Amino acid sequence: MTQTDLIAILPLLVLIGWAMVVMLADLWIPANRKGITGLLAAAGLAAALGLTVARWSLLRNATTAFYGMFVLDGFSLFVDILVLATGLVTIGLAYDYMKRIDLHGGTFYLLLMFSVAGMMVMAHANDLILVFLALEMLSIPLYVMAGLARGNKRSEEAALKYFLLGAFASGFVLYGVAMIFGATARTDLPGIMAAATGEPILAPLFLVGAVMLIVGFGFKVAAVPFQWWTPDVYQGAPTPVTAFMSVAVKVAGFAALLRVFLTAFPSLAGQLTPFFYGMAVLTMIIGNVVAVAQTNIKRLLAYSSIAQAGYLLMAFVPFGVREVTSDLVASALFFLAAYGLASIGMWSVVIALEEKEGKGLEIADFTGLGRKYPWLGAAVTVFMLSFTGVPMTLGFWGKFFLFRTVITGGYLELALIGLVLSIISAYYYLRIVVVMFMKEGESTPKLEPWIIAVAGVTAVALVVLSFVPGGLLDAASHALLLLQ
Amino acid sequence: MLGVFLAQDLVLFYIFWEFTLIPMYFLIGIWGGERRVYAAVKFFLFTMAGSVLMLVSILFIGWQAGTFSVPLLMAARETFAAAQTWLFIAFAIAFAIKVPMFPLHTWLPDAHVEAPTAGSVILAGVLLKMGAYGFLRFNIPLFPEAAIAAAPVMAVLAVIGIIYGALVAYSQKDVKKLVAYSSVSHMGFVMLGLFALNMQSVSGAILQMVNHGLSTGGLFLVVGMLYDRRHTREMSAFGGLWKVVPVMGTLMLIITLSSAGLPGLNGFVGEFTILTGAFNSSVLNNFWFAGVAALGVILAAVYLLSMFEKVFLGPITHDENRNLKDVSWREIAILVPILLVIFWIGLYPTPFFNLINPAVEKLVGVVTQAALLP
Repeated sequence: MTQTDLIAILPLLVLIGWAMVVMLADLWIPANRKGITGLLAAAGLAAALGLTVARWSLLRNATTAFYGMFVLDGFSLFVDILVLATGLVTIGLAYDYMKRIDLHGGTFYLLLMFSVAGMMVMAHANDLILVFLALEMLSIPLYVMAGLARGNKRSEEAALKYFLLGAFASGFVLYGVAMIFGATARTDLPGIMAAATGEPILAPLFLVGAVMLIVGFGFKVAAVPFQWWTPDVYQGAPTPVTAFMSVAVKVAGFAALLRVFLTAFPSLAGQLTPFFYGMAVLTMIIGNVVAVAQTNIKRLLAYSSIAQAGYLLMAFVPFGVREVTSDLVASALFFLAAYGLASIGMWSVVIALEEKEGKGLEIADFTGLGRKYPWLGAAVTVFMLSFTGVPMTLGFWGKFFLFRTVITGGYLELALIGLVLSIISAYYYLRIVVVMFMKEGESTPKLEPWIIAVAGVTAVALVVLSFVPGGLLDAASHALLLLQ
Repeated sequence: MLGVFLAQDLVLFYIFWEFTLIPMYFLIGIWGGERRVYAAVKFFLFTMAGSVLMLVSILFIGWQAGTFSVPLLMAARETFAAAQTWLFIAFAIAFAIKVPMFPLHTWLPDAHVEAPTAGSVILAGVLLKMGAYGFLRFNIPLFPEAAIAAAPVMAVLAVIGIIYGALVAYSQKDVKKLVAYSSVSHMGFVMLGLFALNMQSVSGAILQMVNHGLSTGGLFLVVGMLYDRRHTREMSAFGGLWKVVPVMGTLMLIITLSSAGLPGLNGFVGEFTILTGAFNSSVLNNFWFAGVAALGVILAAVYLLSMFEKVFLGPITHDENRNLKDVSWREIAILVPILLVIFWIGLYPTPFFNLINPAVEKLVGVVTQAALLP
């Protein structure tokens, strides 16, 4: 370990070191004032975020550390920023919520910091072993977080389900890594790439290994047919945890998929494209169609997040087409950013409406919200329109760039399927707008300052950024220029 | 909405096009009638279904031609000429839903009936024109060969729309629904004019777009005024209103006649130019289109006049109607400008045609060029 190695992982070191300190400090913080732990954790995340942003602006070319295991490039920093920002916002969402629904204790904030650290490692991982370690590091805290509401049956169910299926998926990833190692004798991504294009290798083993990786990550990003856990876990977990899972875990999962498949497996594009194609179509269909039938807002958003993952998977279909790989990464990152903003904003409103013992989570509880609180209603409308991909929101540009990539990659009919399914999505997203504005009702959100701030900032950002989509796209492409 | 008509770039156009949905959706959904939610959602889903097809084609064109700018695309037409039939269909569906053309019109009566008066006027006056404008601006100049090939089909649909809209309008009991179906019929004329693809018919169609906005908008306004007073739009609830509200009756009569195409008022000028254009059309090359469409003019007179008779003429059948207030100054101030333009176009349309013609010449030029090529 050299000095450059340490500098390379500086934000990560700060975050993890601070998490240890906070863990100790938490022992002396009185039980009724655990909000302090939250503030301390937020400070740690903010420091790491500041360092990462500074590094982003200074970064000129990609470097590696720890003998090529850890890569420092624009792509990983972009993902870092997304994940850290999500973590920070999640603390804001949880701050009042935890007190309100009697979840005391600082555990949540600590676990959040460790999970974020795992995601950052995932973004930087340039070696399958490190990918696997990062996967475990981000997942294990999440299993606990899902079950934080002890005594609540749904939360316990969520934790157990997530843990069992998640462990199974991790097993798939590890097994896949082993097979790839068996086929190429390498675990570092550039090495695998070189081995795959160079001398003849054990092709079937290699392919099976890659497919197993798809299965493992497909579970993490909730792609069909590995999505079964999603609605139950999203519903059962405390809502800030759900918000964090639906954004940060997706970002990390897709980041890993993008890096691994673009840098290590382009030679398998011919065989893998049908897998991605089928998964994307199925995910979009199941996510969108089943969402129509939901009455619980958390389940609806769970299926909506499945559908959104389906759109993202479309970006992987042309991953073997050399000319579009750069567009592909840029548009996927852009879509993730737009999705993340809308998602976090929407979850903040859900949290505002939630009451003890999981009440206040039906779509019917939104009735009349827009009439009573027009600004909050307008914010929710922006989130829904952004999910749908209607112009004047960032979500439109997300879909626009994504579909453009798919069409330029030569998959016109796939884009058509995706767009037709987004009409279905318009139906269930609009239903929320309908009950908010077009029906009379008594909706009683708790207008806590942090939650209002999150909803307001994300909604404004979605609209304002949609007028200058070039900036974010440039950032995403900048990320990609420095992708190794 | 202004953006839709100003955009020179397909993506920008699409953004504005889609965005017009949202305010309209809320106009109908919040301030509409009883079945407003159903109407609003139906309106949104219908239009969105059309637009996503258009989005795919826009992306496809952008990929093939490497630009989204309309003037550049016009110059680089051959890059996507191979796929132009499909592109034409995709664009046509999007625009035809908006126009609305038979058989994609079913959202319109719902939306019109449930929308508040202001919403109906905007719908009739501006939103429907976006569809026709789209045909004029993008579909015909970008894909002229396909447009010529599709012209007979489009014309048949337009004629069906004219007749069907008129017949259904005749059987309505609700005044607003009647006016809504008359919109379907009138926009049929516009489409027929556009796809007869000659100088006369296209400029007639453009003028008819203006006319339709004026007279249908005017009709919706008067119906809205009646509704404000009586809170019903059933024709059977009225009758003999002329004796109670003569000023309103006069205004309504003029607008009705303009909508029915009485010579001397605007509707006649538009319909007449479209029909003569369609008779002489070399693309359609069949006088039956115009012949059947002319029946629509008669039917329009039938349903509009019978509506007028049921509402304003005859004995007063309902006592509540005896002390209705006549139009206020505010309402007159809204209607009078509309009437002035109705007369102006009806008596002296030349300035309007002078405005329209140069653009139409260019368009027809593109089409004739395409027609000459094998």
